[in-house]
Amino acid sequence: MSYAASPALVRLPIWRARVVLFVFVGAFAVLLGRSVWLQAVKTGFLQERGEARYSRVLEVPATRGRIVDRRGDALAISTPVKSIWAIPEDVKATSAQLRQLAQLLGAEPRELERRLADTARDFVYLKRQIAPETADRVAQLGIPGLYQQREFRRYYPGGETMAHVVGFTGVDDAGQEGIELAFQASLAGVPGSRRVIKDRLGHVVEDIEAIRAAQDGKDLRLALDGKIQSLAFAALKQAVDAHKARGGALVALDTRTGEVLALANVPTYNPNNRARLSGAQLRNRVITDLFEPGSTLKPFTVALAIELGKVTPQTVIQTAPGRLTIANHTIHDAHPGGAMSVAQVIQKSSNVGAAKIALSLPREEMRELFRRVGFGAPPQLGFPGEAAGKVREAKTWRPIEQATMAYGHGISVSLIQLARAYTALARDGELLPLSLLKTDMPVAGRRVLSAETVRAMRAMLEAATQPGGTALRARVMGWRVAGKTGTAHKLENGGYAAHKYVASFVGFAPASDPRLVIAVMIDEPSAGQYYGGAVAAPVFAQVMQGALRLMEVPHDAPLAPLELPGEGDEAKEST
Amino acid sequence: MAKLNLLLLLVLLACAFGLVTSQHQGRKAFAALESEVARARELDVEYGQLQLEASTWGLHARVARIASEVLGLRAPDPRRVRIVAPDETGAAP
Repeated sequence: MSYAASPALVRLPIWRARVVLFVFVGAFAVLLGRSVWLQAVKTGFLQERGEARYSRVLEVPATRGRIVDRRGDALAISTPVKSIWAIPEDVKATSAQLRQLAQLLGAEPRELERRLADTARDFVYLKRQIAPETADRVAQLGIPGLYQQREFRRYYPGGETMAHVVGFTGVDDAGQEGIELAFQASLAGVPGSRRVIKDRLGHVVEDIEAIRAAQDGKDLRLALDGKIQSLAFAALKQAVDAHKARGGALVALDTRTGEVLALANVPTYNPNNRARLSGAQLRNRVITDLFEPGSTLKPFTVALAIELGKVTPQTVIQTAPGRLTIANHTIHDAHPGGAMSVAQVIQKSSNVGAAKIALSLPREEMRELFRRVGFGAPPQLGFPGEAAGKVREAKTWRPIEQATMAYGHGISVSLIQLARAYTALARDGELLPLSLLKTDMPVAGRRVLSAETVRAMRAMLEAATQPGGTALRARVMGWRVAGKTGTAHKLENGGYAAHKYVASFVGFAPASDPRLVIAVMIDEPSAGQYYGGAVAAPVFAQVMQGALRLMEVPHDAPLAPLELPGEGDEAKEST
Repeated sequence: MAKLNLLLLLVLLACAFGLVTSQHQGRKAFAALESEVARARELDVEYGQLQLEASTWGLHARVARIASEVLGLRAPDPRRVRIVAPDETGAAP
């Protein structure tokens, strides 16, 4: 019997089938609609969310560029360190663990507890910049809520010797002083990021895209010579200590390339440990301090007079009786002389002689020369805080001011300006542009004086270091040197302090073919001696001797021990 | 017709296996690259640290101190120094 023929079969109403069909069709329509919605309209969003499950954006760290000296020895290097931070609310540690943690971090357990008790904050640094090994041991403690962050710390192997040139960076790796600040833009790297696919275990399995390539900072090679620099620093420090001075500064310039080979300051600081720094320690005296240069300026006055044909080195000038009164002001010579030649004015550093020569010069010409050799304008090293110095407008000069300016009073310059001005005397009249970075390329200077004038001036400056001159102690065994001493009263409260001096010496060697200009300044020597020839010149000689040897400069004088003058034998400069 | 289908199926399978293997190999190569890049960074860091160390040990002041105090070296007396000019061939006589 067939099923259809079964008597039990009940005929169902047709609408029931229709309802079922309708529901099915409706359900399919909904599914279809939904899938079109997901596939066509929301597909981008969904793909993004899907990718987010396995793809990650990784930060690619960039390292800060290294700073090396001209020999390639490291002066500043960044190495990775770890910083430990915590979410106080999540930290669950036993007191034993806390004690261990405090010991590892070198902190007081009480201090640590106090920081972790502050549950209102959700980010607390426990210790910044610790060695990676210590950080690993902290991680081994397994305290929840404790995290590590990779950072870079800058190390300065040169320490206090190089501090003022190199400078330092802050805790966030941005330059704060010196080269680190001046070349921040090229030293700093730009961290990049990239998108990767990570597997279940956190391994990177595929690179999707580099969102931004990381750019490491550029390495910087300074003009500085580490050996000359440490020689200079040691000699300067010794002199500052011996003469109980407030400070001192020294700069050495290469006369062929204009490179700054050494730049030292005392007092200094250790850039690796900068707790309790004072302004005096931080100050880069060579570049930011202005002082009245004193007699070291005389060569420029006299050179101008020769250039303008007012005098020749043989012209005789009457300096007796060692005093010159101009409008109620009197200029003195420390050692009154009689009639002396212009060459002797430089050699014995006579104020009266220099003043008389200056008064024969037009004041506009004098100011123009000072401006031409770089006074009154920043030396454009690109260094932070370069001082410009002050040279007043010529039309405001009174005769007494013109006379005192001849021997470096009433004008303020920085030591590096002074050293740079002397490159013109060392280079047959060409003033060099300076560079803190290694260039190794001979540069062309700007002519400020004629070669004949400068050669004559060099002979006079060499005589200043010979018997009868003020700078016997500047002599160096094996090379001829030329230079000028300076001793200036310090300016204080708008007047000259009676017993406070700045002793200086600027010179170059070998005199036959100058290679190196060194300028030394000692601030307030107060152990009895204060003349530039006694205080600053020996530092010059010490550094020059070592530097010429290191630079392998051929000798131009016999290697014979020098006879050093006894007390009082040497001529004293007047200012 | 059935033969062709079978053949196409085999080709499909071969391609699929090929794809899987090459992807696997690609990932393995990538992992190797990753670890080498990480190693390069580590070595760079180590180089920096060694440079630091070299600079610290080689500080001029330290070398000069050891030379004079430990090794007893000093500059010769100038009267006993003779300067020789290099001859034409550049070799020291």
